[in-house]
Amino acid sequence: MKKYILEVKDLQTSFFTDSGEVKAVNGVSFNLERGKTLGIVGESGSGKSVTAYSIMQILADSGRIMGGEILYNGEDITKWDKKKMFGFRGKKCSIIFQDPMTSLNPVFTIGNQIMEAILLHTDRTKEKAKERAIEMLTLVGVNEPEKRLKQYPYELSGGMRQRVMIAMALACEPDILIADEPTTALDVTIQAQILELIQELQKRFKMAVVMVTHDLGIIADMCDEIIVMYGGRVCERGTAEDIFYHPHHEYTKGLLLSIPKASRMKQKLVPIGGTPINLLSMPKGCAFCSRCDKAMKICLEEVPQEMLIGPTHFASCWMNVKAQYEAENGGDFIE
Amino acid sequence: MNSLNESKYILEVKDLKQYFPIKTGFKKTIMLKAVDGISFKIKPGETLGLVGESGCGKTTVGRTILHLYKPTSGEILYNGEAVNDKNITSLRKEMQMVFQDPYSSLNPRMTVEDIIGEPLDVHKLYQSKAERRDKILNLMEIVGLNAEHARRYAHEFSGGQRQRIGIARALAVDPSFIICDEPVSALDVSIQAQVINMFEELQQKLGVAYLFIAHDLLIVRHISDRIVVMYLGKIVEIAEADELNENPIHPYTESLLSAIPMPDPKAAKERKRIVLEGDVPSPMNLPSGCAFRARCRYATEQCAKECPPLSDRGNGHFVACFNK
Repeated sequence: MKKYILEVKDLQTSFFTDSGEVKAVNGVSFNLERGKTLGIVGESGSGKSVTAYSIMQILADSGRIMGGEILYNGEDITKWDKKKMFGFRGKKCSIIFQDPMTSLNPVFTIGNQIMEAILLHTDRTKEKAKERAIEMLTLVGVNEPEKRLKQYPYELSGGMRQRVMIAMALACEPDILIADEPTTALDVTIQAQILELIQELQKRFKMAVVMVTHDLGIIADMCDEIIVMYGGRVCERGTAEDIFYHPHHEYTKGLLLSIPKASRMKQKLVPIGGTPINLLSMPKGCAFCSRCDKAMKICLEEVPQEMLIGPTHFASCWMNVKAQYEAENGGDFIE
Repeated sequence: MNSLNESKYILEVKDLKQYFPIKTGFKKTIMLKAVDGISFKIKPGETLGLVGESGCGKTTVGRTILHLYKPTSGEILYNGEAVNDKNITSLRKEMQMVFQDPYSSLNPRMTVEDIIGEPLDVHKLYQSKAERRDKILNLMEIVGLNAEHARRYAHEFSGGQRQRIGIARALAVDPSFIICDEPVSALDVSIQAQVINMFEELQQKLGVAYLFIAHDLLIVRHISDRIVVMYLGKIVEIAEADELNENPIHPYTESLLSAIPMPDPKAAKERKRIVLEGDVPSPMNLPSGCAFRARCRYATEQCAKECPPLSDRGNGHFVACFNK
C-alpha cells in the first residue's frame, strides 16, 4: 500500500453567516504522496481555497470544520489542539498566498519576517537564524540577500515579494507546501520564473505540493493529480492525463472547451451557460445541474455519488451512471 | 469634406507619447514615460490585440486615444480626422470603452437602466422617454440581459452580467470603434468564454472595430486579427495573430509566448520554457537604448547605445530588434 503524507477524507467546512450556513467545502477527499503535486482547480467560490485553509486550520472566525478527517502521516490533525497545530503550521506544512503585496507585514523588514519562522520552530540562535535566512533568500534567487534582509516589503517588486514568501515558507523545510494561487497577481514572465522555482525547490526538498489555482494552464504544467471542484464539491479527480484527455464530468468538459487552445484558435469558444451558483441556495441534486446542458431529472433530485472511471480516475456525474447502466443492460436508463 | 471616404483606417495613432510628471522630492519632478512614441493603425471591423505586462503602458494607450489623458505629443486620427480637445466629446459617440473591472466601473447608485441610458442622455439620442426606454431594452437584449432587470442596481448582478452592462453602455451610442481594456480578466474561466463570444458576435453583427487590451495571450490570439506587443512604453512587435504566434521574432515576444501555461499536459511537458532573468525595469528609470536589453539573451553593445526602430520583415510583420 502506498504511503501518503497527507490524506483528506470527506472534509466538510462551513461558514456561519447572518444569512445561514454556507457549506463552502462539502465532502472533499484526496491523497497526496511525498514529492507529488496535487492541483485543485475551480472557479471563485468553488471551495478550493477553503480546502487549503482547512488543512492549515487558518479559517476565518465564522468558519468551522464540520466533519471529515485530515491525516498527516496517519494522524488526524483536526483533533490536534492549538499548541500542536502551532508546531504543524510553518514547520510541517507551509502556505504561500495569492497576493504577496498584502500577505507580508508592511511594518517589519524581510529579514525579521523570515527569521520569525526560523526562531519559532527551531532552536537556532538569532545569528544562526540570520544565516539561514540569507541562505534561503539565495536559494529562491533573490540577489544581494544581506541587503534585502533590512528592506521592507514595499521596496521589492511583486515577483521578489513572492520569492520572499517562498523563502519564508520553506525556511523550516516543511513536508507539504500549499500554494494558493501563487502567481495570479504576477505577470506572465514572472509567473514562469516562480513556477520554475517551486518545481526546483520541490525536487530539492522532496516536498508534496498542493497547487490551488483557477488557471488550467498552470495545472496542466505542474500537477500529477488534479481535483476539479464546483460549488464546494469534487466533480472529478484523477491524473493530469485523465482530466485533460478523458474528462468524465460535464463541468470539466465544459471548462476545457471554454478556454482557447492553440490547436483550435479560429473555432468559436463553447461557453458554459448561466452564472456561478450561490452557495446559500444550493440545488438539491448536483451543484452543476442548473448550468448543465445534459441535466436529467435525477440530476436535480439527487447528489451524484463518486464513481470509479479508471484506476486513478473518479467522477461524480449521473451521465456516467447512465452510460454504465445502458452498457450493462442495453436498455434506456430510467431515471 | 467627407473624411470617411478618404481614410481606409478607422483609427491611426502616430508617434503617440504620454508622459506623467512624478514628484520625487522638493521641486524635483521626473517624467514617467508611460507611452513613448508608438504608432499603429486599425481598419474598420478589425480587432487589434494589445498585449504586454503590467506597467508597459497598454491601458494608457487606450485611455489616451479617448483623451481621458491629454497626450503629451503625437497624433490620433479617427477616420482621418485629428482627435483634439474640441471634437473629442462628439467623437466619443463613435469611440467607446469597456473597462477592466466590472465592479468599480459601474455607478452603484444608478439602476441598470440609467447606466445604459446615460450615454443616450449625454449625446441626446432620443426624442421621447418611451424611445429612450425602447433603446435601453433593446441594448439589454443584444448583450443577453433580462429586460425585467432594468430597474435593478449593479450590485445585484454577477461579474459576467456586470460586464454585459458595461458593454451595453458602450454600445448605446452605436460606436464603430470600442476600446476593450482587459474586459475579461476579472471574470471566471467559464464566464470569460461567454463574454468573448459576445464580442465576436457583436463584431459580426455591427461591424465594430476593437482595440483589445489584455495580458492573457491565449485570449488575445483567439480574438485578434493582428497583435501589437508592448514593452515599457514601446512597441516591440506587430504581426498577424497567427504569424506572431507561430513565428515570433523579438526575443521578448518569444519568451512571452513560451511562458504561457498551456492547458495540455503533454504539450506542456514537451516544450521548453524560456525563462527571463530579472524583473521589468521601473518605467521611471529606464535603461538606455533598448528597454529590454537587461533581460535579453541576444543583447549587444549596440542595444545599449540606440533604441532599435520598428523594421518591416514582410507580411505586415514589424519588429524592433537589432539582432533578430
